[in-house]
Amino acid sequence: MLRFANPTWFMNFSARVLPWLIGLTVILMGIGLYMSFFVAPPDYQQGETVRIMFIHVPSVWLAMMCYGVVAASSIGLLVWRHPLADVSAKAAAPIGAVFTLAGLVTGSLWGKPMWGAYWVWDARLTSFLILFFLYLGLIALRNAIEDETLAGRLTAILAIVGTVIIPIIKFSVDWWNTLHQPASVVRSGGASIHTSILYSLLVMALAFSVLFFALHMKAMRNEILRRRVASLRVRQVDEALAAQSTQAAE
Amino acid sequence: MLDLGKHAIFIWVSYGVVFASLIGLVVWLMWDGKRQQSLLDMLEAQGVRRRSARDDNDT
Repeated sequence: MLRFANPTWFMNFSARVLPWLIGLTVILMGIGLYMSFFVAPPDYQQGETVRIMFIHVPSVWLAMMCYGVVAASSIGLLVWRHPLADVSAKAAAPIGAVFTLAGLVTGSLWGKPMWGAYWVWDARLTSFLILFFLYLGLIALRNAIEDETLAGRLTAILAIVGTVIIPIIKFSVDWWNTLHQPASVVRSGGASIHTSILYSLLVMALAFSVLFFALHMKAMRNEILRRRVASLRVRQVDEALAAQSTQAAE
Repeated sequence: MLDLGKHAIFIWVSYGVVFASLIGLVVWLMWDGKRQQSLLDMLEAQGVRRRSARDDNDT
């Protein structure tokens, strides 16, 4: 397993896989957008605004899945101390922050015509806002510490502690009385959405998921290159100092 | 043009914000990747090599 977590192996593997993921994303996104606007009918209660769901729900799912990737990678770093796990955690955080922001903005734009307000401090919305701040905290903490190893470990600890927010987001609509509707896709008893709308949502969710894997893979490649550049710079300085000391000795 | 009813603006702005964010993320990742690769190429052109690269050459 660790053989596959080798940065050089990952760079070769991702160079081959990334173009396929990009192509698949474009195809799925095209199909998903077509279904969202031309196949799915207006909802009997929400009318045309239900189309916001096709980007809101995948954004929210991906925001939480991305946090799962950050947390799992953090465990990989703290338990196995594998550098690629740290690369994965660092690369996923900004992507997760963007999906979380997308979920917040689309939710707000969906809330105004449905609830009459862009924002309410109910448990689902507030816990999801905390997830956004958590992502910002992870990014800020990592950038605040110069020592890459220390930054990785401290960020990993914060990420693991922060996983408590995921079940709170998921079950907030069950535990508290919220304006936000309860779960309608991932719930016991099956999805409560009609298939004419559900299929469009699932295609968009798949498109967003493949997009996330492509973005994460590209961000990991960038981070590996960044670390190689940093290591070469250190080596360049070391070699210059060694040359100076050799000259001084002569 | 699709007729999305009286709340069309909320729908179009939602899709606009999401796709603008995602395209922004893609552009940033592409730019960052090109920048890191050019820095790496520049250092290697100066004769600095990774230890693993040297080992590869030695063996």
